[in-house]
Order: sequence, then structure tokens, then C-alpha cells
Amino acid sequence: MKKSYKIEVDCANCANKMEDAAKKTPGVKDAVVNFMALKMHVEFEDGADPKTVMPAVLKNCKKVEDDCEIYL
Amino acid sequence: MNKKQKKMLRRILIAAALMIALHFAVRALGDRIHEPVWFFLYLIPYLTVGYDILLKAGKGIRNRQVFDENFLMAVATIGAIAIALINRSGDYTEAIAVMLFYQVGELFQSYAVGKSRRNISALMDIRPDYANIERDGELEQVDPDEVEVGSVIVVRPGEKIPIDGVVIEGVSTLDTSALTGESIPREVRAEDEVISGCINLSGLLRLRTTKEFGESTVSRILDMVENATSRKSRSEAFISRFARVYTPAVCLSALALAVLPPLFFLLRGQSPDWGDWVYRALTFLVISCPCALVISIPLSFFAGIGGASREGVLVKGSNYLEALSKARTVAFDKTGTMTKGVFEVNGIHHSSMDNEKLLEIAAHAELFSTHPIALSIRRAWLEGAVFRDDGEPAEKTEHSGRVLDEARVSEVKEIGGNGITARVDGKQVAVGNAKLMNSLGVAYHDCHHVGTVVHVAIDGAYAGHLLISDLIKPTAKEALRALRAAGVTKTVMLTGDAKAVGEAVAKELGIDEVQAELLPDEKVAAVEALLGKKPEHSVLAFVGDGINDAPVLTRADVGVAMGALGSDAAIEAADVVLMDDDPKKIALAVRIAKKCMRIVYENIWFAIGVKLICLALGAVGIANMWLAIFADVGVMVLAVLNAIRALFTKNLR
Repeated sequence: MKKSYKIEVDCANCANKMEDAAKKTPGVKDAVVNFMALKMHVEFEDGADPKTVMPAVLKNCKKVEDDCEIYL
Repeated sequence: MNKKQKKMLRRILIAAALMIALHFAVRALGDRIHEPVWFFLYLIPYLTVGYDILLKAGKGIRNRQVFDENFLMAVATIGAIAIALINRSGDYTEAIAVMLFYQVGELFQSYAVGKSRRNISALMDIRPDYANIERDGELEQVDPDEVEVGSVIVVRPGEKIPIDGVVIEGVSTLDTSALTGESIPREVRAEDEVISGCINLSGLLRLRTTKEFGESTVSRILDMVENATSRKSRSEAFISRFARVYTPAVCLSALALAVLPPLFFLLRGQSPDWGDWVYRALTFLVISCPCALVISIPLSFFAGIGGASREGVLVKGSNYLEALSKARTVAFDKTGTMTKGVFEVNGIHHSSMDNEKLLEIAAHAELFSTHPIALSIRRAWLEGAVFRDDGEPAEKTEHSGRVLDEARVSEVKEIGGNGITARVDGKQVAVGNAKLMNSLGVAYHDCHHVGTVVHVAIDGAYAGHLLISDLIKPTAKEALRALRAAGVTKTVMLTGDAKAVGEAVAKELGIDEVQAELLPDEKVAAVEALLGKKPEHSVLAFVGDGINDAPVLTRADVGVAMGALGSDAAIEAADVVLMDDDPKKIALAVRIAKKCMRIVYENIWFAIGVKLICLALGAVGIANMWLAIFADVGVMVLAVLNAIRALFTKNLR
């Protein structure tokens, strides 16, 4: 399953870091952050529930870039 | 500027003013007020401009994210202050200035990115806000999302068409420029299909919607453009990898620079000069931020894709833009790409009567046939086609008053694959190919033109033939010339049509190679063969109209679908979609891609180059922290400005 979320982040490098952090979150198969469109596309693993995975993604992103936001 | 940016600007201005004031205060009062008073006074502007950096650096350490730019800036500036304290030089301005310029750079970056983001969104400002639905004689504005397929909507002059549909009432002209880049308005009347995103210019239109809003052209285009930069190019991937290695590498070098040379001098019994080397190491840290690179590359692609979409060229991803710039081999479909794909009566030869009379009789004989050839003959008659005495088509007449009268036709017999016989105005008429003439024992004249020849015999006597052919698009020849100028070395035409037809078109247009009489799956094989033969590191692009060639579009390195707004399969399969069917747009797309890639490479080389030079100068002690921060911010500003250049495509047309 794929979903996209609106995000808020200030710098391009931070966006790259968010992408890495999202990719490493359990339940996420792949993630792409589009800095220019301020969007995050997340592909979930089979059986993973976005409702439980996304808060973890947000938490991991906050760890690498304090100043970011994902609108769930 | 948004709130955050305004706040930042205020902080920067206050800190700068304080710093300058302190500078003069030290000069005036330096002998009366002593340390550590100055130190604390200088801390005020430093913390004003940099407190958030220090906080973020602290949080970064707590989250084990050591090598981020906040940490680097914090270490560099605190280090500089520490050196000033230890040396008792009282020179704190450097640390403040570094923090100040770093923040100026960040502010500019956020402003420039926000601005170009808005610019590009404005370019694609085709999203309709509402649809008018008629209820009890009153117009009501509703969310286009809520309009069901088959509903009737009203579009007033000046409004955007919100949903794809068919005109059921009204005559108007449409501005399609936001979709196709074509500036000439298009006329529409009842029965015409219209696509969403066009602006209704003159008359009131009543439409029956044929799609949901989410499936309508406008939604699909917006979706495609917005998601385009998510498909990352190789250059972008390279920069991400580079940034990941670069920052830690520079930090380690900084550590080495701070420790190794002094130790070396110490061992040789010389003065270690700790302060000097630590300062050089801190300069390293300032240079180590990879921001200029990381921001300017995606921004260049974003601007390039935005500029292209303004020209009616939709690119589905940065990677395809990159690929398109390397196109050396271009394969085309013939029908619909290089030719109009519409069969027209293009000549009447050996006619034993008036050319128009022959056309009239043929059109009536073909009155009930649904064959494309029959359609084209009937259309030629109804639309007022006239022919010169030598058989070439002349300008169409306006109001010909021509009609098709069923009462004049009887005894219609369709002879599968060969033609038709019928009685028209009491005369026995046969219309068809050479086989039909042979079977009727009528002697006919061959035609030396390329196309489909339709012979006509009346009462067993030869009455002449109609030449029906597909017209080459008027801009096709120029398009091929432009492609060659854009670096394409080989052009190939793949067609399912007869060899003679294909070769004639290729010769007329100057196409290098023709492969004719191909079935759809043979086209895929032909493209695969071409892929094997293409020069190394180059790209093969296939251009088709999306009808029947979706598999070929997928198989080529870059699939370009043209005039494909109506065809879902083509939009799905293609990597680049040309919104109108002008072949010149192919060359334009390649030129836009090339310009964008040139800017990308300029930025890569420029940013990496300046950073490396500064690192070298910093290591030998020539560059100080001032130069380092200027290099960092300056490179970023220039790279961002350069990236925005990719948005401008006017001179490429």
C-alpha cells in the first residue's frame, strides 16, 4: 500500500535525512521525500497498518530533524 | 516571507546592528572597560542570532545525530570564541559573523525555495475550484469532486472547465494554453469533447461530464507534475550519497588537522601552535556544510520540470529529464506522430467527368459503409473538398451546400476487402481497389502517388480514381531538423503501414531508417534491436501517439506520448507526455532537458569546486573563517539562482 503525506521541513539535506529515517522504520517498505513538493510518499509493507506505522515514522524523523512535521 | 522567515530576518538585523555597535564601542571605550565585560556583551548578539542552532545541536547530540550542520556551526563558533578567550585577543566578531552569515544563507535558501515552489505551482494553476450545477433553474457552485459522471455542468465565459466532458449545448472558444502551450483558441460546439483545465473564453457551455474529477485531465496532470520530482535522477542520487560521505569526511579531516600537525611539531621540538591549527580545523567545519549542493540539484530539476510543463511537455520524473537530455536515437511511430493519422482524399486522377462530380458519386456509393476509407470520402464531399484540374486538392469551399441523399442510392453490396457496388442515380457504380476492377473486367489506371487508391467505375466504364492518404504534419520536417540540432544522431520510423508509404514519408522528412509493415509486437522487437545497437551511455527515445504502442513506450529508455491527453493507457505507459500533437515539441523537450542538465552539472562542479578550493586554502591557513562562510553562503545563493534559470524556456522554443 502506498500513501502520501504533506510534510514541513526547512532544508533539503534535512529532507534527505527524513527520507532515510522513514525508510528505516519497521513496517515501511520504501519512502521517498519530495522536498520541492513538500510531500512524503510511503510504501508500507504487507499487513502493516499506516495508523501505527506513521507515528513511528514521525518519531524517527523528529529524531534526525527536530524541526520537521508530517501531517498525518 | 512567512512568519518564521520574518522572525529570522529580525533576529539577523538586530544581531548585525548589535555587532557593529559593539565594534565601535570597543574602539571608543576599549581602555576603560575590560574583560570579561566585552565577552558577555558580545554574547548577546551571538545568542540572538544563533540560539536555535545551539539548541538543535544539543538535541542532535542527544539523538545521536552528530554530524548535522547545526552541530558543525555550533562547534565552529564556540571554538572561535574559545580561541579568542584563550588568546585574549577579544576578537569575538568572527564567531558572530559566521553564525550571522550562516543564518542569512538559511533564510535565503528557505525564501528562494518557497518562492520558486509558489512560482511553479502558479504555472500549473489549472486546478478548478468549483463546478456549476444547475438545480431548479439556478446555478449552484459545488466541489468538482462531488460531481458524478454523466451530470450536466455549466461553464460560463471566463471560467475553467472543471471536469472532462462533452458539449451538449453552446458554442464557444477555449483557451487551451495552460494545457498545451498552444496560444490559438480552439473552437467548440455541441458534440465536441472538451478537457478540463481549458478556459472558456466566449460563450456559455453546457457539458455532460464523462469522467470523475479525480480521473479528469486536470487532476491527472497536476498529480503527475507534483509527483515528478519524487522519481530521483542519477545526479540527485549521487548528490545524496556525496553529502552523506562528504560531511563526516570533512569533520574527520578537521579533527586530524587540529591534532596531527601540532603533535608533529611538538615531537620535533618546535612550537605546536595549537591555536592556529585548531582555528584552521574550525574553518574546515564551516566549509563542510553540503547545503548548496543538496538544495540546488533538486531545485534545478524542479524548475526544469516546471518550465517544461508550461510548454506543454509533462515529464514524469527527474530521471526521465536526465535520460531525455542524452537522447541520441529517436524512434517514431508514423501514423499520428509524423502524420496526422487522418485519411484524406488528396487527389482525383483520370476522372472522366468533373472531379467534384466523381467525388459525389463515390461518396454516395460509400454512403452506408463504416470503413475508414469510406468515412474519408464522405467527409471530403460534405466538407466541401474541391480539386484543381490536375487532380491536386485546392482550398476547401466554405458553404458548399453538399448533402448526402439516401434516396439516390440503392442495391448496395459490400464486397469484403475489395470495395462496394451500388446503384447511384440509376447508374451501376463500383468503388474499390484494383481487385474489384479486375473482377469486373474494367481497365484501370495505376497511380504513381503514394497512398490508398480507390478506383471508380460507372456502368462498367472506368471513371477515374481517388487518392487517399495520410497527411504529413506541417511541422514534422522542421521537428526532425531541430532534433538533429539537439544532438540526435539517428532517427528511425517504425510503422505498421505499407513499405512504399513508410519510405515515401521518411524520404520527405529526412528520416534515416524505416521499418515498415510491423505488427504492434514486432515494434517492440524492433525497439529492442535498436536498444542493442545504440551508442553507449546514450538513450533511445520512442515517440508515439499512444494508440496501440503502449508496450513500445514502456520498452524504450524514454517513452514519449504525444497529443495523448485523451488516452489513459498512453499517459500510464509514457515517461514524457506532450500535451499537443506538434512534433516540434519533441525537440523542445530534448532542449529543455539539456538545458536543465547543463545547469545541474554547472551547479555540481561549481559547488564542489569552490568547496574543495576553500578546504585547501583553509588547510594551509590562507582562508580564514570569514572567507569560509562567504564561500558557503555565496555558493549556495549563486547555485540557487542558477537553478531557477531552468524555469525559463522561452528562448528554447
